[in-house]
Amino acid sequence: MKKIAKRDLFPGALEMMILQTLRRQPSHGYALVQDIKRTSRDLLQIEEGSLYPALQRLLKEGLVKAEWGVSSTNRRVRIYKLTAAGAKHLELEVSSFERMLEGITHVLAPGES
Amino acid sequence: MNWLRQLFSRRRMYGELSEEIREHLEEKTDELVAGGMSKEEATHAARKAFGNVSLAEENARDVWRWVSIENFFADVRYGLRMLRRNPAFTAVGLLTIAIGIGANAAVFSVVNSVLLKPLNYPKPQELVALHQTAPGAAGLADFRNGLLLSPSMYITYAEQNRTFQSLGVWLPGTANVTGLAEPEQVRAINVSDGVLQALDVAPALGRWFSQADQIPNGPERLMLSYGYWQRRFGGDPSVVGRNVLVDSRTREVIGVMPQGFRFLDADFDLIVPLAFDRGKLILAGFGYHGIARVKPGVSIAEVNADMTRMLPIWMDSWSNGPATNPHIYETWKITPAIRPLKQEVLGNVSEVLWVVMATIGLVMMIACANVTNLLLVRVESRQQELAVRAALGGGWARIARGLLVESVLLGLMGGVLGVVLAYAGVRILVAPGPANLPRLSEISIDARTLGFALCLSVLSGLLFGLIPALKYAGPRTTLALRSAGRSSVSRERHRARNLLVVSQMAIAVVLMVSAGLMIRTFQALRTVDPGFTGAPHLQLMRIAIPDSLVAQPERVTRIQNAIVDKLGTIPGVKSAGFASEMPMEGFDSDWDAVYAQDKTYSDDEIPPLRLFKHISPGFLQTAGTRVIAGRELTWTEVYGRRPVAMVSENLAREMWGSPSAAVGKRLREFPSTPWYEVIGVVQDVRENGVQEKAPEIVYWSSWLGDLHDPGYAFRTMTFAIRSDRAGTQGFLNEMRQAVWSVNSNLPLASVRTMQEVYDKSVARTSFTLVMLAIAGAMAMALGTIGIYGVISYTVSQRRREIGIRLALGAQRGDVLQMVLKQGARTALVGVAIGIAIALGLTELMRSLLFGVSAQDPMTFAAVAALLIAVALLASYIPARRAMLVDPVVVLRYE
Repeated sequence: MKKIAKRDLFPGALEMMILQTLRRQPSHGYALVQDIKRTSRDLLQIEEGSLYPALQRLLKEGLVKAEWGVSSTNRRVRIYKLTAAGAKHLELEVSSFERMLEGITHVLAPGES
Repeated sequence: MNWLRQLFSRRRMYGELSEEIREHLEEKTDELVAGGMSKEEATHAARKAFGNVSLAEENARDVWRWVSIENFFADVRYGLRMLRRNPAFTAVGLLTIAIGIGANAAVFSVVNSVLLKPLNYPKPQELVALHQTAPGAAGLADFRNGLLLSPSMYITYAEQNRTFQSLGVWLPGTANVTGLAEPEQVRAINVSDGVLQALDVAPALGRWFSQADQIPNGPERLMLSYGYWQRRFGGDPSVVGRNVLVDSRTREVIGVMPQGFRFLDADFDLIVPLAFDRGKLILAGFGYHGIARVKPGVSIAEVNADMTRMLPIWMDSWSNGPATNPHIYETWKITPAIRPLKQEVLGNVSEVLWVVMATIGLVMMIACANVTNLLLVRVESRQQELAVRAALGGGWARIARGLLVESVLLGLMGGVLGVVLAYAGVRILVAPGPANLPRLSEISIDARTLGFALCLSVLSGLLFGLIPALKYAGPRTTLALRSAGRSSVSRERHRARNLLVVSQMAIAVVLMVSAGLMIRTFQALRTVDPGFTGAPHLQLMRIAIPDSLVAQPERVTRIQNAIVDKLGTIPGVKSAGFASEMPMEGFDSDWDAVYAQDKTYSDDEIPPLRLFKHISPGFLQTAGTRVIAGRELTWTEVYGRRPVAMVSENLAREMWGSPSAAVGKRLREFPSTPWYEVIGVVQDVRENGVQEKAPEIVYWSSWLGDLHDPGYAFRTMTFAIRSDRAGTQGFLNEMRQAVWSVNSNLPLASVRTMQEVYDKSVARTSFTLVMLAIAGAMAMALGTIGIYGVISYTVSQRRREIGIRLALGAQRGDVLQMVLKQGARTALVGVAIGIAIALGLTELMRSLLFGVSAQDPMTFAAVAALLIAVALLASYIPARRAMLVDPVVVLRYE
């Protein structure tokens, strides 16, 4: 009831977007959120806090790695980087997502069947 | 190294996570402030965008945790904290459980070691005792061992069987060892070829007996037990080949049995081979215990069939002498009834142990019910907390799990304490050697017992945690929250607790009735005249005079007579005498058929078998056994070898109608002997124990036979001395001096008082009595506490109601009555149910009872009255408190 708070994304979507963003360039948490919000043109409602559990999951599975560094605004931050495994995982996820999306689009498209 | 530490130190990782999140929030705030927001607004907005900080952090941490295990540990920590916070509750609960589990584990360790563990021989399932019955042989039922084997039977079975790997006969006995230290009477086992082979335990030193050691008049050999070897030879390995003087005869030591080897259940010192002279064997001589190892896969039924097949062969192969009919034994209807050796060793002890185990199990149930009640009370007081937890989103499964974890923790902690108690309990249980318990030396707390204790702890923990968990972790919690602060208690909630108290009462009835029946049994036993008097002042000892020491039967008798005379001169001795055995001593007895002169017998008829005892003049008077008619034997008759005998009262009545009619009648054992005149009739004696019916007995002199040949003298005798000093060390020394002044080579064995013999024979009953009495007392105490707890709790819950009643004009007496009635009602229901259950269950202990019916109305009534009285007493205290409620105080308080 309260554990899975109203979530607009399907499971794994946030992780996929994080990986995709990190593929372009390593980044720290706050910048990551801003990036995703910006690229999604604020269409997605992301609670900023939900980023951190997702990052920890990715860390644990070895899809990203983290290092302490200094940000452009001169803050001590943890910078996340995509690993090779992460890149591979992203590819798989994206292709399976695209297949799913295609399927859903077919079903939802009026007239066609 | 640094990254490794980071990886493994979660605390540090969590710290980094918090720092990261803090940075995130600061960065956002700074950015918003830069965009023109006030600091306060910016902080607020940043937090809003971020969402629940601690939840995010928690979820992020969860990624690294093994959630279910860690939640479990959290539950454990929480449970421990709750237990610590209520030390009184925890102490009472722990103690109750510890005593319950301790008692159960102790009794289980006995049951396990004695009943469940296999015998300590290789492939013990193949070992059997050659037990036989003979329903056609009248009188045999009076003897403890059924029909034992005769030597000729043994030879037939050993040579003709198809189902045994090896087979032999044995006989327990004693032997006098001289020349090593003081003369010593030791425990000997006489074995034929095949016995050691069947048991199949290799000697620690030397070898087993072989056929060559068992030739009559061949070389004399001997084996030692490990203990005797250590004790008398200091464990010297060169003992093999040495000569030892056994019964004044030289025997060569050929082997030593290993440590821990016991002969069935007996500790022994020597093993001596039996040597049967084939040429002289007859059919009769049924005095040997048979033991065998069956071929693998052969069933008991097949062995019985095989032995049944061999019986006619036995009758065809041997006879009882010229002009006798060997097939006369067909009238005895000899029936093989092979038993697993384990059953033979255990005897009838298993009933006792299972009854005790069941009893202790019931006590455990009462203990569980009590702890459940405690838990219920406590959970009730924690309802607010539970409701709050549920409202805050603690799933009810999680709450239930928390409660269960707490109760299982209690169970486990109680179990640990219980095992400590069990270690002590087993010592106490085993120390007096209860019920002549077989395999006593094997009793220990082993892995299986510990496993049992563990299972019991967890199970009882689950059991008494389940009811509160089901009742209070359920979905009705919102209700509890709403009624917070009000102390009205639903009727339904009381139902569970009343049910518990009722079942406690019921179980208490069962246990107390069983204990009561045992008390009645013991009383009944005490009123039985055993056939002797003043047991504490009757000193006993056993003296054997081997034929190698004194050959002539007359000399034997004169020595025995001299010992009696010498004993009589010890200060404080009233009289002395001897007999082949004392009542209840449990030696293998002598018996045979007896013919009366004034009866006629057909050719193929064997009259009923009678127990034979051989006694000295003065023995009956010493033992306090009354002579009902006629008179006792005299020494003149012994030395003159007058053909006279005495009979027991029941035998006199059976053969001649009355004791007085028996005097002057004649009887004999063999057609070849002269008729013996009955000179006296002796009161019945409970030879086989107080519970067993008194057998018919013929009393003979100890020196028998024709005046013109040496005859036959009984050489191993129990001497009885009547003295108030019996059992004291000084008296013992004087006895020893008296015996050695007659012959210094005679050791004294089995020195004890008649009271000890008596106690041992009723040990099974007294052991059961003590165990059941302890269980019954515990049940009553726990049941009383239970009923007290429930009544006083309801009273405390109903204070407001009582206050209102009093304010509205109820009399204080009415209140008292109301509460007492509640207690009485609960007790009555429990007692009624308990009596119904007990009526069925006591049937199971029928074999342990004596002189009292399993449904003895006295016992049932007494127990019911006692329990109800105690229950009323237990409710009286809270009832008084209810009566003294001050309506003003209560109502104002509300």
